[in-house]
Amino acid sequence: MAMITYAQAGTAALAEEMRRDPTVFELCTDATESLLDEFGPERIRTTPITENTFTGMAVGAAGSGYRPVVNWRQVTFGFVAMDPIVNQACKIHYMFGGQQKFPITFRAAVGGGTKLAAQHSQSPYSMFMNLAGLKIILPSTPYDMKGLLKAAIRDNNPVMSFESNRLMGLEGEVPDEDYVVPIGKADIKREGRDITVVAIAWMVQEALAAADILDKEGVSVEVVDPRTLAPMDGETIRASVRKTGRLLVADEAGPTAGASAEIISLATEDTETFKMMKAPARRVCALEAPIPYSPVLEDHVFPNRERIADGIRAVLAAG
Amino acid sequence: MHPSPEMQREMLRQMQTIRRFEERATQDYLAGDIYGVVHSYIGEEAVAVGVCSALEDGDQIVSTHRGHGHCIAKGADLDRMMAELYGRETGYCKGKGGSMHIADFDIGMLGANGIVGGGIPIATGAGLAAQMDGKGRVAVSFFGDGASNAGSFHESLNIAATWKLPMLYVCENNRYAANTAAAATHAQEDVAARAHGYDIPGIIVDGNDISAVYDAATTAVARARAGEGPTLIECKTYRWGRHTERPTQAEPRPASEVAEWKTRDPIPRLVEALKAQQGQLTDEEWEEMDREILARISSAVTYAKASAFPKPEAALDDVFSGEVA
Repeated sequence: MAMITYAQAGTAALAEEMRRDPTVFELCTDATESLLDEFGPERIRTTPITENTFTGMAVGAAGSGYRPVVNWRQVTFGFVAMDPIVNQACKIHYMFGGQQKFPITFRAAVGGGTKLAAQHSQSPYSMFMNLAGLKIILPSTPYDMKGLLKAAIRDNNPVMSFESNRLMGLEGEVPDEDYVVPIGKADIKREGRDITVVAIAWMVQEALAAADILDKEGVSVEVVDPRTLAPMDGETIRASVRKTGRLLVADEAGPTAGASAEIISLATEDTETFKMMKAPARRVCALEAPIPYSPVLEDHVFPNRERIADGIRAVLAAG
Repeated sequence: MHPSPEMQREMLRQMQTIRRFEERATQDYLAGDIYGVVHSYIGEEAVAVGVCSALEDGDQIVSTHRGHGHCIAKGADLDRMMAELYGRETGYCKGKGGSMHIADFDIGMLGANGIVGGGIPIATGAGLAAQMDGKGRVAVSFFGDGASNAGSFHESLNIAATWKLPMLYVCENNRYAANTAAAATHAQEDVAARAHGYDIPGIIVDGNDISAVYDAATTAVARARAGEGPTLIECKTYRWGRHTERPTQAEPRPASEVAEWKTRDPIPRLVEALKAQQGQLTDEEWEEMDREILARISSAVTYAKASAFPKPEAALDDVFSGEVA
């Protein structure tokens, strides 16, 4: 067990999987030095800045027996590769009748807090949740980062690893030994009785802080981390809501057609869960604007622990 | 290297198989037995057959939306192809793909692709895999003149040239990107000239002369296997039909131009070349070959029609691959 950062946990996951499986290799525009030192330029492939093409090449290499990891750094650059992601990787296993597997891991940093303005502060995961054939992980701790990313690399499907910019420096205990966190399983990060807060990525940390604030007010908050957005572990979310009777979703993305909307639907469409709800579900999300640069503006747009605490109080006041 | 008479007869058989397959696919599409759309390869047969004749079994190709010819030239099974066009569960893709998405990974046919330029990076990734495997395999990207204007073409050539990937980039320049003339969209007439920017050979061949296509492909394959990197081969050719076989499909091309290109039909050219070589082909043998091909296409249609449609709930099969490494 070691104390390492969220970013280091990601690098450790890739290194462990590359040691374990010689078909794993990385395509990236800038190599991580420790990986390059250990595995060399044949397996840590530094490409020209051509996301469309090196992402498409990952599809061809995956279909030829390899297990590529594509690192765009920011999701910003992944948008340059929408054809190979949307038209190719997500569809061709199905479109070709399942005759070939396409194991590809896409790595993309998401979210704001970095004062890098609109293009480099994006949380577009709900755009990708619409793609049948793509799995999506969104780790919120160093432990989950290593375990989920290792599971993604071993999965025989395209998996999008959205990694939070704000969590890169977060430290946590991570076992040195091999383990995976299963894709499709939510995690209860804090148990509570009065309200379920489903929080995504950085919002997990803020929701835990909000839970501490509410604890002093005599409110017991349960924090549920979906960990993977596709497939979503609706059953764990519903079981928590049935227990607490209340639901709030905290998301760094905007609300419209967002993961937050999907989570609320998964809970409220279920008759048994709906019957046990004491108040309407509520969301705490980003305001709907491209993310601005100035700290005063950026802080205004994003949700935080205070807004989550206010949201919890509002749900409790409603019933 | 000139193909042997035996190889030329096999090339003739494959070209005529493509021709007859496309005629039947179009006929059955217009009759309503094949759905969606059909893009016919008629007129361009010498490109697919000439290039694939220069390949070994383990080599890989990536095709385009006009992909039936590449499938047949790489050795795909006509029954499973026709069954896929008919939307049946015995088709190559279990009825999930149709005309534009036939693949057979077992024979190195990594798929037809509905996105112009979309297949070029995929083929380049197969080329990277071939290089990493180190077993002398090559990968071929087939694409049209339209795709040669896409960023993926230029990006892929740059990477393949820089990394010396064992690749053939085969441009089927049929002079039209859907309905738009290449003359209106290309800064210079010859796609092959773009190879100069990536410091690789750019070869122009008569795409209706199968020996010329085969010769160019053979040279390029030898260069790729020797680790010397990719080659861009531009095959000047023409599709006889409109962009698609839809009855409403626009036809902007002058009738005289279409007629003129039909006089350069690659199939009779090879027939005449074989007949001119003493004893290599007689009229009777050629007629017999065509009869066999027609019977084979007919039996593929019979197979397709006798095959069941998939069960509706099979629509949810194969969204994901279930296994984990």
